[in-house]
Amino acid sequence: MSKPLIEVKNLRIETAEDSRTLVNNISFEVFPGEAVGVVGESGSGKTLTALSILGLLPRGVIARSGEINYSDSNLLASSEEHRRSIRGNQISMIYQDPMTALNPVMKLGKQLSEVLEAHDVLKDEAPERVFNAFKEVGIPEPDRALVSYPHEFSGGMRQRVMIAMALIMSPKLLIADEPTTALDVTIQQQILALVSEQRRKSGMSMLWITHDLGVVANLVDRVIVMYAGQIVEVGTVKDIFTNPQHPYTHGLLASLPKSDVKSRERLMAIPGVPPKPWMVENSCAFSPRCGRATVECFTQTPPLKTNEFTSAACFHEIGKNQ
Amino acid sequence: MRLARTSGIAARLLSVLVTLFGISVFIFIVLRVIPGDTITGSLGIETGVLTPEQIDDLKRYYGIDKPLILQYFSWITSFLSGDLGFAYSTGVSVLTLTASALPVTIELALFGTISGVIMGIAIGMFSAKKPGSTRDFLGQLFGLLALAIPGFVLSTAIVTIMANKFGYFPNGYEYMTPWEDIWMNLQQMLFPSIVLGIAVAAPVMRTTRSALLETVDKDFIRTAFGKGLNSRIVQFRHVLRNSMIPIVTMTGIQFGYLLGGAVIVEKIFALPGMGRQILDAINKREYATVQSSVMIFAILFVTINLVTDLIYRRIDPRIK
Amino acid sequence: MKTQSSDKNWIHYYFKSTSGVVGAVLVLIMIIISICAAFGWTTHDPLTQNPMDALQPPSSTYWFGTDQFGRDVFSRAMDGMRRSMIVSIVAVGIAGFVGVLLGVLGGYLGKWLDGFVVRLSDVIFAFPAILLALAIVNSLGNSWIDTSLAIAIVYTPIFIRVARGPVLTIKELDYVKSVRVLGFSSPRILISHVLPNVLAPILVQIALSMSWAILTESGLSFLGLGTQPPDASLGLMVSEAQPMAAFAWWTLVAPSVFITLVVVGLNLVGDGLRDSLDPARRQS
Repeated sequence: MSKPLIEVKNLRIETAEDSRTLVNNISFEVFPGEAVGVVGESGSGKTLTALSILGLLPRGVIARSGEINYSDSNLLASSEEHRRSIRGNQISMIYQDPMTALNPVMKLGKQLSEVLEAHDVLKDEAPERVFNAFKEVGIPEPDRALVSYPHEFSGGMRQRVMIAMALIMSPKLLIADEPTTALDVTIQQQILALVSEQRRKSGMSMLWITHDLGVVANLVDRVIVMYAGQIVEVGTVKDIFTNPQHPYTHGLLASLPKSDVKSRERLMAIPGVPPKPWMVENSCAFSPRCGRATVECFTQTPPLKTNEFTSAACFHEIGKNQ
Repeated sequence: MRLARTSGIAARLLSVLVTLFGISVFIFIVLRVIPGDTITGSLGIETGVLTPEQIDDLKRYYGIDKPLILQYFSWITSFLSGDLGFAYSTGVSVLTLTASALPVTIELALFGTISGVIMGIAIGMFSAKKPGSTRDFLGQLFGLLALAIPGFVLSTAIVTIMANKFGYFPNGYEYMTPWEDIWMNLQQMLFPSIVLGIAVAAPVMRTTRSALLETVDKDFIRTAFGKGLNSRIVQFRHVLRNSMIPIVTMTGIQFGYLLGGAVIVEKIFALPGMGRQILDAINKREYATVQSSVMIFAILFVTINLVTDLIYRRIDPRIK
Repeated sequence: MKTQSSDKNWIHYYFKSTSGVVGAVLVLIMIIISICAAFGWTTHDPLTQNPMDALQPPSSTYWFGTDQFGRDVFSRAMDGMRRSMIVSIVAVGIAGFVGVLLGVLGGYLGKWLDGFVVRLSDVIFAFPAILLALAIVNSLGNSWIDTSLAIAIVYTPIFIRVARGPVLTIKELDYVKSVRVLGFSSPRILISHVLPNVLAPILVQIALSMSWAILTESGLSFLGLGTQPPDASLGLMVSEAQPMAAFAWWTLVAPSVFITLVVVGLNLVGDGLRDSLDPARRQS
């Protein structure tokens, strides 16, 4: 068993002022070279988890306790300078909305060369590296892109720029926070292909955040399912899709539109809405919406139990899929 | 695209001209129509040192003995052809007076604006770093006091302390233009610039602070941190740079206002600028001087606003 | 439709902010002082000269000392505050009434009326306040009515702008459009839908404009273009204090403090109103 690239232990994220729980004591690992998908609805805490790795939590939200171990140090406890040196360099992140994630009044070339500058790359190397970075991600006319502004490009192109920016220092881990959600389906596919290709070439690990279970099917090796601030299931992509053990995951899969044209089954939505994480800290978060819930589900948080298929936080795992 | 851009500027220019026309009518009504007969009368009595030609010029300037509309046109044509009227008591043309007074006011306004903007941005950045903290409170307190303590109070206080207590009062001496004696000139500009600077700093600080706070929450700032940029670079290159537009706009407005709003400061510190020119003219009932000077102020202000607008269109690459 | 000011909670919310309360208290004190001065309830008579007591520092008899004529500085400041209050209330009252009327009518009826109203605002906005007030007072005269009128003209455009904005937005709301098409009379729409939304920003603007009006009025009287001696006015008192301030600091400090406090108070009230009336600014 190789050593994990990054290890999150008992991470707890709360609002700074009134200590409301947003992410409730989660733990997971990402190994070198592997791609992990984090799937969950909005409010599940998946984005906050991703942001906390790089110390980018928004104002009013803090990581109250836990460890994020990377390269023999706990990122939550190290200095800001240490975290800064890792950002964009060893661990990079790309974001959901390419419209707003790029500085609107700064030339794209400069936005990339800044990354090099921040990590002590020699100035004369910069123009060439930026040019190559643009080429790598498939931006046509890279020399024009160098002096262009974000608003001159389409959403898909902007996302490519962001990817170029994230990969220019050849990071070991790429965190992607729903980067294709705001794009057209065809562009989505292009971006997914681009990222997969880059991964293949460099062997970097990836943490891909999404609300769409379907997206991760051909993209990642393992899947983490989050719900209301907790991890409810972890498993390989194959196992999650064929034998999900947690009722929520099962429900998610059932609600995916099937590509089988002949299928006449109606799309199943799970009735109800996800609760706020701080309201379900001491029970199974999914119990109100679960068809299999019993008394203990409402009074205790189920621990992650590993069986032959996946690890699921449930007192009543589903077992083999019929 | 080119065509649309030029017609955008052309439309703007047209709008400015219409406003200027409106301004001239307004000034005409306020400064000529209302005092009406007083002016007509004074042309007979008070014209002391004026030559007959100058009196005729003034009559044309005022449109004496003409119906109202023609009076207006008479004035406007005189004004636009450079005839700004004459001062009764000295016989000097208002144009000459303005030529020497305007540079003084412009210099003062420049110093005042620059010092105010620097102070305002600095305090605004200081405040915005930690909103709701003590430093923010102090910064906003400064903004409030800078606004609430009238310029004439501050000026009087400075005069009292500096002149009477410390015996240092460069403004007590005859005014020196920068070409005559640059050192004296700068000293004479010092206190009035500080007073005006404080007045300018208040709105600039407020604008800076709110623009910074709004920008800091934007996604691209998170991206900037996420790239590994240090705090200083993010603050200046990303946050401040993107907040510049409202700050630049506010700076332009403040500069325009200082040109005409420094009247009291000019008087207290004995600077022979346009403000003092107008005040003296009011006291001496030199109606032509007042009318022309006010018109000049308005033209300057409108022009500066136009220039500010054009500048900000250039610095924001998003505007095409 | 729940409008900003129809939410009665705003008063309750206003008093939660310390600065808002401080501002309200300051303004209230100044109003009370003005009313006392109006009834002649000052510590001494503002006009009576006591040459024997000239230039006394503050004491229990003369709370803020005496000026060069032996007049009680505190009483004069009270009287000056009264004058400033009256001028600013009248000026802002006129400016507010005319400005809101023009703004609402222009915004609602549109076309040439709106164009004219906007143009008029631009013209008046082109002048710095003190300069315009100077020019108008020069033409009209020195009485408090003339001063009020001058200041009213200077500050009318801001009310036009503040009133016009919400009207333009509301006019475009789908449900207002449909109600118009259904034939509801314009005045009725204006009163029941437009005005409530315009009320909040106007209240805020009244407080802010009053603070500017007081600054302008005292500036004018500092220049000798307002209240004439021997009457007391805050700006005039500052200008008269200049020769003596080095050894009789109270002559300068008293009027300055009065002006500063009332302007600070009005600004805090304006900010407090803005925060409590705008649902978007409230924290959950």
